[in-house]
Amino acid sequence: MYAYDELDRTLINERVSEFRDQVKRRLSGELTEDEFKMLRLQNGVYLQLHAYMFRVAIPYGTLSSKQLRRLAHVARRYDRGYGHFTTRQNIQYNWIKLSDLPDALADLAEVGIHAMQTSGNNMRNVTSDQWAGVAPGEVEDPRIWSEILRQHTTLHPEFSFLPRKFKIAITASEHDRAAIKVHDIGLRLHKNADGETGFEVLVGGGLGRTPFIAKIIKPFVHGRDILSYVEAILRVYNQYGRRDNIYKARIKILVHELGIEKFAREVDEEWKQMGHSALTLDHSAIEEVRSRFSYPAYEKLPHMPDELKQAAHDPLFERWRKNSVAPHKVQGYSIVTLSLKPVGGPPGDATADQMDAVADLADKYSFGEIRVGHEQNLVLPHVAKRDLPQLWKALDRLGLATPNVNLVTDIIACPGLDYCSLANARSIPIAQELTRRFANHDTAEMIGRLHINISGCINACGHHHVGHIGILGVEKNGEEFYQITIGGRADENAQMGVLIGPAVPYAEVADVIEDIVEAYLALRDRPEELFVDTVKRLGVEPFKERVYATR
Amino acid sequence: MTSPLQQKIKITGPSMVTANRTSDGIVIYRTAQQGWSASLSDAAIVRTSDEARALLAEANADDVGAVGAYIAPVELKDSGEIKPGNLRERIRSKGLTIDLLPA
Amino acid sequence: MPLVKNARTTTDLFVQIADGAELPGDGAILVPAARFLEDPEAVLKHAGKVGVVWPNNRDLDDLVPYLDRLAAVALVFPSFRDGRAYSQARLLRERHGYDGELRATGQVLRDQFVFMSRAGFDAFEVKKDADADAFAETMKRYSVFYQPTGDGRVTALNRRMQLRHSESAGQ
Repeated sequence: MYAYDELDRTLINERVSEFRDQVKRRLSGELTEDEFKMLRLQNGVYLQLHAYMFRVAIPYGTLSSKQLRRLAHVARRYDRGYGHFTTRQNIQYNWIKLSDLPDALADLAEVGIHAMQTSGNNMRNVTSDQWAGVAPGEVEDPRIWSEILRQHTTLHPEFSFLPRKFKIAITASEHDRAAIKVHDIGLRLHKNADGETGFEVLVGGGLGRTPFIAKIIKPFVHGRDILSYVEAILRVYNQYGRRDNIYKARIKILVHELGIEKFAREVDEEWKQMGHSALTLDHSAIEEVRSRFSYPAYEKLPHMPDELKQAAHDPLFERWRKNSVAPHKVQGYSIVTLSLKPVGGPPGDATADQMDAVADLADKYSFGEIRVGHEQNLVLPHVAKRDLPQLWKALDRLGLATPNVNLVTDIIACPGLDYCSLANARSIPIAQELTRRFANHDTAEMIGRLHINISGCINACGHHHVGHIGILGVEKNGEEFYQITIGGRADENAQMGVLIGPAVPYAEVADVIEDIVEAYLALRDRPEELFVDTVKRLGVEPFKERVYATR
Repeated sequence: MTSPLQQKIKITGPSMVTANRTSDGIVIYRTAQQGWSASLSDAAIVRTSDEARALLAEANADDVGAVGAYIAPVELKDSGEIKPGNLRERIRSKGLTIDLLPA
Repeated sequence: MPLVKNARTTTDLFVQIADGAELPGDGAILVPAARFLEDPEAVLKHAGKVGVVWPNNRDLDDLVPYLDRLAAVALVFPSFRDGRAYSQARLLRERHGYDGELRATGQVLRDQFVFMSRAGFDAFEVKKDADADAFAETMKRYSVFYQPTGDGRVTALNRRMQLRHSESAGQ
């Protein structure tokens, strides 16, 4: 965990005071909505269909139990008793009053949580691997660098009014759980031939109306230079990014229009001019940040404790363990994913009671630490294997032990037209219906890894382009229709899905998805061939044929 | 369901003006008495594009009280009841279409 | 539009010259970039101080050769959402060593004062009187800064390192 010091706390409190003043000026009419909108967005406040929506930052997806309890408190006190975890490791509340927001922010500030830059045309929450610091084989904990970048990009005086929003993701593992290839800047930690730590830097990825996979702009930037290099990219973007058309304002368009070579030359030229500057991180500066991350005092535990051997006789426990428990870098410990995708539930939602209960379980079993992943699930990152059976029982009682992580019902979905003022169609009821169709865990296991991602409009908050199956809501003559893509993926082999044909109406979506899955089961050449690999091998045609032959 | 930002002021049937209240964000409807109501049944109904434009202009003039006013279609029942004219407005008027807890 | 300098509303000594207008015989003048670049030497011969209004989409390279002879550079915020002038300001101050008046013009509002000051602006043509009156108060909003810029404010990281250093020295 990163521990805030007096300076971090002071800054957050100063931000709360500033926003309190801004809200007051808005409510008195001193600020027009046009002027206020940008100010509220910079504090994560949107206006949605029914109410204001409040997005709170969970930097690189790490939370303490104390912080999670405070998130529950805000849900209970200022909202309707639940929150929604997002694909950027944040949490959203859907029913908050503008007049209550300063108090909610002040309550959060007491535990070092803020909502700065969770919206607006600035640097958004820096995201990372939800298994950072505990995944086996990691180069090093990417959260050190995430925190360095978080501080550097918070209230940045030069880059708070960019052409458009700007998202950075960092990973330090071979397997990319942070989707760095679909970010404005993606950073992959690795070591060079001399054993020095640095980054492969990718730029210009993104989803939305014009999806792009990020391109490598520099294979290795030394860790000490990462701030200046990022600043060089931002400066080029701030000056040359398009501001005439909101749909062409993201850095991906600039990179595309200039070409990666020319863009890279511009950045290099700027970087060269910056030279050795105050942004260069010397060893002691990096160590200063590193020193404020604390790690659990792990015990020396057996690889296979008796408790686990005994519990293995319970098939329900075993099913959950095989699905939701992953290896930890320390022997005797595990990483446990808590599915927020119960059958029939809205993906990513958690009630205040669930949040409190998870905080208690984190204290008891995970050194008080919780993570949020971009797949909209929670993680207890340091669970002793001997505690797994007890933890499972507790999670099951809370409805948080659905053994569907990475399976067909582990659906990513945006809030869609039930909440969102940008949406063209609903997302959540589609997801709910699909989880009912595939509620049988044996079937889901037989299908294997399959990510369904749903967005209610082209802005792609549900990451539909990179779902193994992507579902995009569109409007046709006042009715909800859905375009289906297949073959997308968000990992180290990221690519965009391919459209299988004309959009289908709301009522037929679940049938179509079932047809696609059945086609896959018939077409895969062995049970281990994943859905995406079958699509890669055969292309979309056989799936298209199956779906449209009878429609 | 088209975003109101893309709407041109041209109506094809009975319409109303709706917005969200600044202080708490709730859905409100412009009334014929130059005020706002949380109830769709109180909404002023306009039938021509000129009337719609005028009602919207009047609503927009209240920048302190309301946010993001726009014109939306309604359905008028024989009984005189006012119903939302599209899915977006049905959801705004009636709330979520989903169960919040797993069924 | 009130001009704020040194945290106080003050009289603007510069006269803004419209495109195509005659230059006055003396007194401080602010000249549009295009006009200035037509014949920089002629403008710089002016008897009073000379400043230039520089648009936010124009490369600074054309201005840099004249910086040491300019008393003011005014950068433009056509909208408070358009942040290009922040980069220009930092480049003028931190890369090109410009130390004359650096003025923010256009949609200059209270809630951007701190950002502007950190980027190097020291004069503000403020859009609203109430915002100009609140300038000094607004500048006190923040005492902690994460990024090093040319404004000389000590960053959080540096304060931490100093603290650590003095702690270890005291042991």
